[in-house]
Amino acid sequence: MSQPSPDTARPRNQQTRAVLELIVRNHPGVMAHVCGLFSRRAYNVEGIVCMPIDEGSTSRIWMLVNEDDRLDQMTRQILKLEDVSEVRRHGSDHPVFRRLRK
Amino acid sequence: MYDMAGSEIICHLLQQQGIRTVAGIPGGANLPLYDAIAQCTSIRHVLARHEQGAGFIAQGLARINRRPEVCLATSGPGATNLITAVADAKLDSVPLVCITGQVPGRMIGTDAFQEVDTYGISIPITKHNFLVRSAEELLKVIPAAFRIAASGRPGPVLVDVPKDVQTERVRFSRWPAPGRPTAPPHNDAQQREAAVTLIRQSDHPVLCLGGGIISANAAETARQFAEKIGAPTTHTLMGIGSLPSDHPLCIGMLGMHGAKFTNKILQQCDLLIAVGMRFDDRATGKVTQFCPQAKIVHIDIDPSELDKIKQAHAGIVGDATEVLADLTERIPQQEHSAWLATTAQLRRDHPLEMPGLDDVCSPYGLIRQVAKSVDDDAIITTDVGQHQMWVAQAFPIVGRRRFLTSGGLGTMGFGLPVAIGAALAQPERTVVAFCGDGSLMMNIQELVTAVEQNVNVKIVVMDNNALGLVHQQQDLFYDGRHFASEFQKSVDFSMIARGFGMPACDLGTAADPHRTLRQSLDRRGPCLIRVPIDLCRQVFPMVPPGAANKDQIGERRHVAAIA
Repeated sequence: MSQPSPDTARPRNQQTRAVLELIVRNHPGVMAHVCGLFSRRAYNVEGIVCMPIDEGSTSRIWMLVNEDDRLDQMTRQILKLEDVSEVRRHGSDHPVFRRLRK
Repeated sequence: MYDMAGSEIICHLLQQQGIRTVAGIPGGANLPLYDAIAQCTSIRHVLARHEQGAGFIAQGLARINRRPEVCLATSGPGATNLITAVADAKLDSVPLVCITGQVPGRMIGTDAFQEVDTYGISIPITKHNFLVRSAEELLKVIPAAFRIAASGRPGPVLVDVPKDVQTERVRFSRWPAPGRPTAPPHNDAQQREAAVTLIRQSDHPVLCLGGGIISANAAETARQFAEKIGAPTTHTLMGIGSLPSDHPLCIGMLGMHGAKFTNKILQQCDLLIAVGMRFDDRATGKVTQFCPQAKIVHIDIDPSELDKIKQAHAGIVGDATEVLADLTERIPQQEHSAWLATTAQLRRDHPLEMPGLDDVCSPYGLIRQVAKSVDDDAIITTDVGQHQMWVAQAFPIVGRRRFLTSGGLGTMGFGLPVAIGAALAQPERTVVAFCGDGSLMMNIQELVTAVEQNVNVKIVVMDNNALGLVHQQQDLFYDGRHFASEFQKSVDFSMIARGFGMPACDLGTAADPHRTLRQSLDRRGPCLIRVPIDLCRQVFPMVPPGAANKDQIGERRHVAAIA
């Protein structure tokens, strides 16, 4: 994972970014399932944050990714994962990464 | 209250799922499970000679029974040997439940003897996987594995069970319900309406049927739909058998080794109705030039397949049988007599050329002779390579015949063990495995499994002592520089078969090859039939890899190139 550039909305290559928010079952393999979908397609994950919710039975993952034309297919692939119950797509200005940059 | 060990729980849950046959190999880390299976009289265990063979035997069972079947392997090399068969099941959407032994929980991560990260390795090649952490968890995981494998688009599920979980005892009050497939999605009313409109407006429609028709057992519904919309109907490699080869609307297989007229018809269509197919590159050729004038109606059970390769004008997510029955009801009878006349003319002008039909030791002659000699309920399997494409082109799949091949992964070594599995599923039917000599060598150890199980499997080895399709590509696209594709030593396959205890014959030396072939096919039980094939026989037509389907190379240009 590369370091997010100072301006996440407009990185060097003029690509816009998106934040995906996933609700997942919380167990040791889930991160590997999610990240594997990206790595095998050579689709870089620029930033990732994961926190347990609901007393630990589920987790929320936020992923900062480049918004290219594969993102729609990526979202559909993520939704096929057994451990993922929900995927939401936000703009790159999502507060979770904005606060982390400081 | 029940008080049982993890291994006994697995065994009971498999029985509850209706599993009658499992294939596998025991080893240190799954011995408790094997001990439990030994006590269980209703499960037949088929001992393979390599875990990949076990995986493919389970695939043969699953493809024929259209439900998840089970293979077993121990930890470490047992699990890694299984991987190819699992990846194959993933790409061809075959439901499997693979149960692997693992080193005891406390030793995981210590590089223990025969330890490998089976969970990590299997993530990208399974639909889902589990590392079980307690015997109690098995009560949830095993039914879940069967549910996931069979639901929606089927696929393989791997369950990794540490040895101490197999031996751990647990008390519980009742058994969970068996895992059953969840109901397929039924919605997309707007998209269905759009599809009906597109079909009614089309003058030159083509229907394309994929492996989804086979796995959904939707062939009969697909035939009614094809007749209602009056459209010429092609199929993918995986879709062979979705419309009988002798049906008047059937225009054969499309793609890299499809007949020229088939690809030409697709070139001219104004609407492609694709059902249970995923626009694989071997089917579409260069995708930007595939069906260039066509609008697309895409029907698939997997939402991620819609718009993945081709943008659909109407995309319907659902079970093939249900969607096709619904559309058949909504659409009035369509007539396309001018279009069918055009396609008939294309068929006459650009037919599939099958040289050597009268020679039983040439590819097409052999295949047609076998087809004439077996019943309308025979099961055909293939390995991967030239022989696979010849069989796909020329073996008529009619009646209740089934065709099982490795489409997505293209695994050499598929044919023999899958044939064993198919024969175990349907013992009264004849199973013919067409193999290349290169492919057969990749799982040849399963010859003895076929003998041990006394399955009715006929192995037809098309022997050109080479990796024929590699040889052909080197011939056509690498200026004839044949490297590493011709074997230096030829193998006596008949003698090898006899060494494994299997009757064998050689059509190359038989006084009356037709009679020998027929006798070998008619006699019940396993048999190997070796047929010498001239290496200069090549598969045509052929779309060069990466080229458009319209740029297919035909036989004539090949002859010129050789001369």
